[in-house]
Amino acid sequence: MSQTSTTYRVSHLDALEAESIFIMREVVAELERPVLLFSGGKDSIVMLRLAEKAFAPARIPFPVMHVDTGHNFPEVIEYRDARVAELGLQLVVASVPEALEAGLVREPADGTRNRIQTPVLLAAVEKYRFDALFGGARRDEEKARAKERVFSFRDDFGQWDPKNQRPELWSLYNGRHHPGESIRVFPLSNWTELDVWHYISRERLSLPSIYYAHEREVVERDGMLYAVNEYLAARASETPFTALVRYRTVGDASCTAAVRSDADTVEKVIDEVGATRITERGATRGDDRVSEAAMEDRKREGYF
Amino acid sequence: MDLLRFATAGSVDDGKSTLIGRLLYDTKSLFTDQLEAVEAVSAARGDEYTNLALLTDGLRAEREQGITIDVAYRYFATPRRKFIIADTPGHIQYTRNMVTGASTADLALILVDARKGLVEQSRRHAFLCSLLRVPHVVLCVNKMDLVDWSQEVFERIADEFTSFAAKLEAPDLTVIPISALRGDNIVSRSDNTPWYDGPSLLHHLEHVHIASDRNLVDVRFPVQYVIRPQSTTVTDYRGYAGQVASGVLKPGDEVMVLPSGFTSRIAAIDTADGPVDEAFPPMSVTVRLEDEIDISRGDMICRPHNAPDATQDLEAMICWMDETRPLHVGAKYAIKHTTRAARTVVRGLQYRLDVNSLHRDESATELTLNEIGRVRLRTTVPLLADEYRRNRTTGGFILIDETTNRTVAAGMIIETR
Repeated sequence: MSQTSTTYRVSHLDALEAESIFIMREVVAELERPVLLFSGGKDSIVMLRLAEKAFAPARIPFPVMHVDTGHNFPEVIEYRDARVAELGLQLVVASVPEALEAGLVREPADGTRNRIQTPVLLAAVEKYRFDALFGGARRDEEKARAKERVFSFRDDFGQWDPKNQRPELWSLYNGRHHPGESIRVFPLSNWTELDVWHYISRERLSLPSIYYAHEREVVERDGMLYAVNEYLAARASETPFTALVRYRTVGDASCTAAVRSDADTVEKVIDEVGATRITERGATRGDDRVSEAAMEDRKREGYF
Repeated sequence: MDLLRFATAGSVDDGKSTLIGRLLYDTKSLFTDQLEAVEAVSAARGDEYTNLALLTDGLRAEREQGITIDVAYRYFATPRRKFIIADTPGHIQYTRNMVTGASTADLALILVDARKGLVEQSRRHAFLCSLLRVPHVVLCVNKMDLVDWSQEVFERIADEFTSFAAKLEAPDLTVIPISALRGDNIVSRSDNTPWYDGPSLLHHLEHVHIASDRNLVDVRFPVQYVIRPQSTTVTDYRGYAGQVASGVLKPGDEVMVLPSGFTSRIAAIDTADGPVDEAFPPMSVTVRLEDEIDISRGDMICRPHNAPDATQDLEAMICWMDETRPLHVGAKYAIKHTTRAARTVVRGLQYRLDVNSLHRDESATELTLNEIGRVRLRTTVPLLADEYRRNRTTGGFILIDETTNRTVAAGMIIETR
């Protein structure tokens, strides 16, 4: 045994990859109509790569869905469309602008569309009868997510009940549900931001360019740097300036902030992420700063 | 860098949150915005010190009530290892959470307060670790600063725990004197304990040998999914996808497929990055066989002379996890075991186990939430099962209530006939 114990080693990235692939195969084997939530953000890009690996040499056996707030970074939409075409996938777009037009949701007074994504997502789930939704959320992101299951049960209103979660033992996932109910599945549960970047490097995954350092016109608001664009205008008290920045997360362009950075390669980003002292959501997401339980409240309503 | 999963057990009073906070802080895995948020909430609540429990108490109800409801997962890494902590709360739903956290753990970390010594809960922790076959246990004797770093106190607790653990067939056991609050023996050896010649906690976590915990002898490959591309470029491909539960598979190996009993040889072991020469736990791979045999999800690839039992009758320890309904003899449930799903009926309840005294109550007629007992099950189709003590993957199962779809029990197979 002494020989085997030194030989059969698995790196932490290989172990995480093997676990994620196992989770994706379980879903396809046990649920009827899975869909992968693909935003063009780094986590969903990693998730899509894992899906590719899980079913090779066959194609990914489910469509992808983008919940489009209409407040997009053009680089991200470009990337999304190119990747979908490359993999020959079906793309479902759940469109917030269309839902606004149809009167399904109303534009919030502050102009951010984070919260109104949820009914749009749920309507699409109902329309296409999806019963399993792969999401790229990680437990290290936020404290409500630290208590999320890998297979997270949602009732027929899409709601998460944190006090009534199914115990999850070994790798025996329980995906059983009644018609109308669904399961959110988080294959990256045990990955950290740094793991994601190491994997991007190892797999040589291309990312939307905004993840790397570039010059951009920004304003400083609530201690964060927001790009000035068609969805976010400088207020009278703010003076736009050009800064060298990159995005740590990619969300709605009206509430996702950039960070100062000169990391223009994946290696430099890994160094930067390894040394940073602020969580990615804390540094970049206005939507999480509303209250101590902002994420939990949105998740209860059926958010990602 | 490899991966170590560990579960922590202990109540807030034992300093568990402080210890986790310190591990995260000292490995630079705690972020300033998290710390500031915790400091602000602590101050607003009037706590006298920064309450690191708030780091893991993420839910609104938890913060409002000052309790931890659920297992929280935390992550940190050193240059040697990545760590996943399953932080299990000490009070509410204690057994259910501890069993959940321990089910995937390589190591369990149990805390005791040096002033109090072993308490009922410490013994319960140790018992559950042994029930779930966690291969390594670390007992941290915390708050050593409050007993003047007394070697005598430490050794008394260590001896008592060691002799108790011996009865449980506990595996590798390490006892470390620490002060989580002051950081003694956490990252580096403390000058306050010159009489202690063991490792610091972090050093132990980084170096504890886990590679040989895996079973590399018994080949068990539960078929998860059959890959058959419907494509014009890839034709006649038929691969069996799954995660290696135990053993080492190599191309050319003679294998047997259960439940059919047909034999063949491994033609290739594929991954998306190309074929590999061997597959071992926890790799997710796709196995191709030389012969065309009918194989589907739930089947098991093993070796002709080393196969699990195909059985419809099981003896198992189960932990009941449902608050809405107890387990009764005669009740039927869905059972999930490896990648196989079936139905099962509870044929008998041999006894209910008191997790504090280890007393067996043979007059018990039901198991309620957080109770543990030995049951006899009969399943609708044969399960391809090993004893849990030999194989944590092919020896564990869950029971699911067929009307509510809730996961109601965790089971560990004792006998397969």
